[in-house]
Amino acid sequence: MTARSALATKADRRRRLVPYALLAPGILWLLVFYVVPMFRLAITSLQEGSLEQGYEFTGNFDSYASVFTTYLPQLRNSLMFAFGATVIGLLIAYPLAYAIAFYTSRWKSLFLLLIIVPLLVPFLLRTLAWRVILADQGVVVTALKTIGLLPENGRLLSTGWAILAGLVYNYLAFMALPIYVSLDKIEPSLLEAANDLYATPWTAFRKVTLPMSMPGVISGTLLTFIPAAGDYVNVELLGNRNWTMMGNVIQSKFLVIIDYPAAAAISFTLMAIIVTMVVLYVRKVGTEELLT
Amino acid sequence: MKARVFYRTLLGFGIGYLFLPVFIVVAFSFNDLKGRRNVSWEGFTLRHWAEPFKLPGLSEAVLNSLTIAFLSALISTVIGTLIALALVRYRFKGRATTNLLLFLPMASPEVVMGSALLTLFIVAQVGRGYMTVLLAHILFNLSYAVVTVRARIVGFDRHLEEAAMDLYANEWQTFRRVTLPMILPGVLAAFMLAFALSFDDFVITNFNSGSLQTFPVFVYGATKRGVPPQVNVLGTMIFGVMVIATTIFLVVQARRQKMDEAALAAGD
Repeated sequence: MTARSALATKADRRRRLVPYALLAPGILWLLVFYVVPMFRLAITSLQEGSLEQGYEFTGNFDSYASVFTTYLPQLRNSLMFAFGATVIGLLIAYPLAYAIAFYTSRWKSLFLLLIIVPLLVPFLLRTLAWRVILADQGVVVTALKTIGLLPENGRLLSTGWAILAGLVYNYLAFMALPIYVSLDKIEPSLLEAANDLYATPWTAFRKVTLPMSMPGVISGTLLTFIPAAGDYVNVELLGNRNWTMMGNVIQSKFLVIIDYPAAAAISFTLMAIIVTMVVLYVRKVGTEELLT
Repeated sequence: MKARVFYRTLLGFGIGYLFLPVFIVVAFSFNDLKGRRNVSWEGFTLRHWAEPFKLPGLSEAVLNSLTIAFLSALISTVIGTLIALALVRYRFKGRATTNLLLFLPMASPEVVMGSALLTLFIVAQVGRGYMTVLLAHILFNLSYAVVTVRARIVGFDRHLEEAAMDLYANEWQTFRRVTLPMILPGVLAAFMLAFALSFDDFVITNFNSGSLQTFPVFVYGATKRGVPPQVNVLGTMIFGVMVIATTIFLVVQARRQKMDEAALAAGD
């Protein structure tokens, strides 16, 4: 082997190590502060004991049994509210994204900005504002009473409807933006072609626009469903105790009552359910784009 | 024509709906309330704006939020840019695992991530406070930083870097003089996004803050006693600054793009 080619292989080897050097700090961070904590959570959920006597790993699955007995209503609430917020969010966000993509001509970026700007008001303050909007003497309640949708002594605040309203509102931009991005990629010539081939606007929408916007719909629904399923702030600020979700139980068991094994079991179960649902959903509607 | 009117009306309602809470947050910073509960309109006053930093706990919380947002955005953007460069520029084993590892934090509910981190800190006997919050914020910002920077790198021309190398620039010079200026808008966007995400985070912070107060933690605590109007004043100020920063960023971006296009056209 000549000296020159030896030098070349050395440089080659160095080059091959460059990506790993670039990745190292970030991957290390993700391993130490994401992967390890998830394992810790799993181990904690299989422990027994109390705060005073300390906890011991016993491989006991009792904490998990209680998730599906004691906390079944909370589990149901989490999935129900998250599902409701996702469906309603999609019904509002899709037409909005569609309007921005196809009916704003040169003001597109301005309207896009207008969708994002409300997110710059702190999340908790936005949610608290809904207390004012849905207040008992407020405009919304009065209007609903006038048209008879709400009984005379009915209210919105501290009900499931208020929680749903808060969830839909808080995640709407995360639904609308990805849908807009995929709608915006559609070539106008494709829709013209459909039109030339005598497709009705509805057929063109069903056969061209809708399938092409699916990646955005998938991202948007995930970006709504996942945080909504884990939420506990909307219940605390807008709802009442009858509607508590998994997040509320995790929060109170970790930070108020201090029962780490039970809290960890609930937290881990929520994660497992969400990951399973996301994987099944992504397989079903069929896109690998999210993972690459 | 009909469709046009329909969709524009719809857009108007949609934007109105999104801005309704914003309007209320701003309006109630001027509310002349008599009691503790800032939930119904009782008249106009400027007195809360005259002394926005009157509450000592609140100013301290805002300061903590600002420094944590700045530091976590800075660190996560730097680390995230390195990952983005590796993913776009190099072929290596373990790419799929890296992508999965980046996707997972974005797919985990905050309450799960926050509680998992808490279990780690308990076992490692790390006291919760400023450091633990900072570590957690860097973690959840990281994936978003990578995605934002990567979107920018994918779109640009490799030949410029090759040209620099042909002209005997070493790798570092090429990065500093060619690559970095080109990806800078993406890096800045990632920084701004990370800053906003960190500043606004409540759930993960709440699990790992111990007795440390950040702006969202303060607001949450205050909901039980009645939120002081100064919170609305500061919320409005923060909102204003962020809107101005975003607008400047976008205007500069648009102008730069126009200049690039003009330069290209002139070159032809």
